[in-house]
Amino acid sequence: MYKDLTSLLAEATEAKQPLWRIIAEEEMRLSEIKEHELLMRLDTRLSVMEQSAMRALESPLETVGGLISGVASRHARYANDRKGLAGGLANRVMAFALSCSEVNASMGCICAAPTAGACGILPAVLFGLREEYDLSRGELQLALLTASGVGAVITRNATVSGAEGGCQAECGVAAAMAASAAVFLVNGTNEACIHAAAFALMNAMGLVCDPIAGLVQVPCAQRNASQAVNALVSADLALAGMRSVIPPDEVVEAMLKVGHLLPDALKETAQGGIAATPTGRRIAKELFPEQGQ
Amino acid sequence: MDISIFDVVGPVMIGPSSSHTAGAAALSRVGREIIGEPFTHVSFGLHGSFADTGAGHGTDRALVAGALGMRPDDERLRDAFRLAEETGMGYDFHRVELDNVHENTVQMVFTLLSGRKREIIGSSIGGARIVITRIDGYETALTAQTNTIMIEHHDVPGVVSGITRALAFNGINIAGMQLARKSRGDMAFTIIEVDQNIDDMTLHDIDWVNGVKRVQVIGTVESLADAMEGLLYV
Repeated sequence: MYKDLTSLLAEATEAKQPLWRIIAEEEMRLSEIKEHELLMRLDTRLSVMEQSAMRALESPLETVGGLISGVASRHARYANDRKGLAGGLANRVMAFALSCSEVNASMGCICAAPTAGACGILPAVLFGLREEYDLSRGELQLALLTASGVGAVITRNATVSGAEGGCQAECGVAAAMAASAAVFLVNGTNEACIHAAAFALMNAMGLVCDPIAGLVQVPCAQRNASQAVNALVSADLALAGMRSVIPPDEVVEAMLKVGHLLPDALKETAQGGIAATPTGRRIAKELFPEQGQ
Repeated sequence: MDISIFDVVGPVMIGPSSSHTAGAAALSRVGREIIGEPFTHVSFGLHGSFADTGAGHGTDRALVAGALGMRPDDERLRDAFRLAEETGMGYDFHRVELDNVHENTVQMVFTLLSGRKREIIGSSIGGARIVITRIDGYETALTAQTNTIMIEHHDVPGVVSGITRALAFNGINIAGMQLARKSRGDMAFTIIEVDQNIDDMTLHDIDWVNGVKRVQVIGTVESLADAMEGLLYV
């Protein structure tokens, strides 16, 4: 039974199976469910992800303080009108990620992946790639399975709590999950899936959690957009054949240790980073005068 | 692996924060279930990050929503204050400093119809997962990830073995077990996490064990029925 990324990969290699098969079998054992129920539960989540990735593309949603109202629809128009510097796919992925963040901030329904603050990254990559490669629902389910298996291992051996590990534990882990899903969706190897996840974590290492006024809006929406692109970049690195010099499980461990080294001011308390800038503090004071940060 | 993929991709919830919104709703939802009888008012003591950044995350609305019986994915969550007013459930918020607890912790004091007060303390530990750490003065570690049986009993020899015998007799497998007491020979509290669903026969058998005062089952956060459709506890 696997307990880390190395043993997950080893089991898949030994059985000559894709990662999702090993992950599915483990989950069916753990949750005592049949394959049908497993796929049904995954599909429910996929539906919520799809809705949240699309819901704010047309018109702005109302959020507390309005810090990110309209960012998704504006970016969707930009991505439609031109390719953007980072390319068409990357820009559409950003728009999807921003939509999820906007839905989340408006107290709409989302699927945490692995957390609500990071809920845009995995859906953005999944549905961005669906458009690009005309993927089936079944393929998306298996990609979600791959991503969630990788996420479960990281949750087990590190943390996905912003209060414990900073933004790297939320958006960084989401990017790692999305990177492995992306590699799977374009028929990359199991090994490439795992190493893509390691690259995504490496690229996000040390990222602090510093939300203005404690609201899950700025810089969370921007981080969802940029970490979704990090997932694509990390997937490309692995697909091109790059392998992580540091074993992926050691990268996971390093992420946890960095999280513990970060001061509390940079872990969801809104006391440091972007939140603690003069303008960040002024916005906080205007929105919540009684809280006195 | 001991972590379900559905704890990582999920829950499906109302934003914006899994720990500050969904976790908060789950805490008071489970708290309400533990209380298990009508109450008129809940006083929420917010500790740490719940107090510092709670308002912007809708922690306050989520706590009220959970106390009303809403699930963390109920879109009515944002209207929780108005719904509480309509149904007559009182609530208040204040800041507390608790010792040796997680950053995201709430102290909930429920006022029952009789006027008696009961206290539950719990923490939101990330990704909407929760742990109830204190129930009426007993130290606990209730996560509501599996079905949980809570038994209050006299702290005398033989009670626990009687309980486990009753479970074995009904074919129930114990996944985890905690025993707490306030002082030796007084009352004790046993919390048993089990893999299966618990039927009335099993509860009846536990209730009959010598020394057992009260037995109660708490479902998982996911399974707790949506009480908003039916009768509220107020």
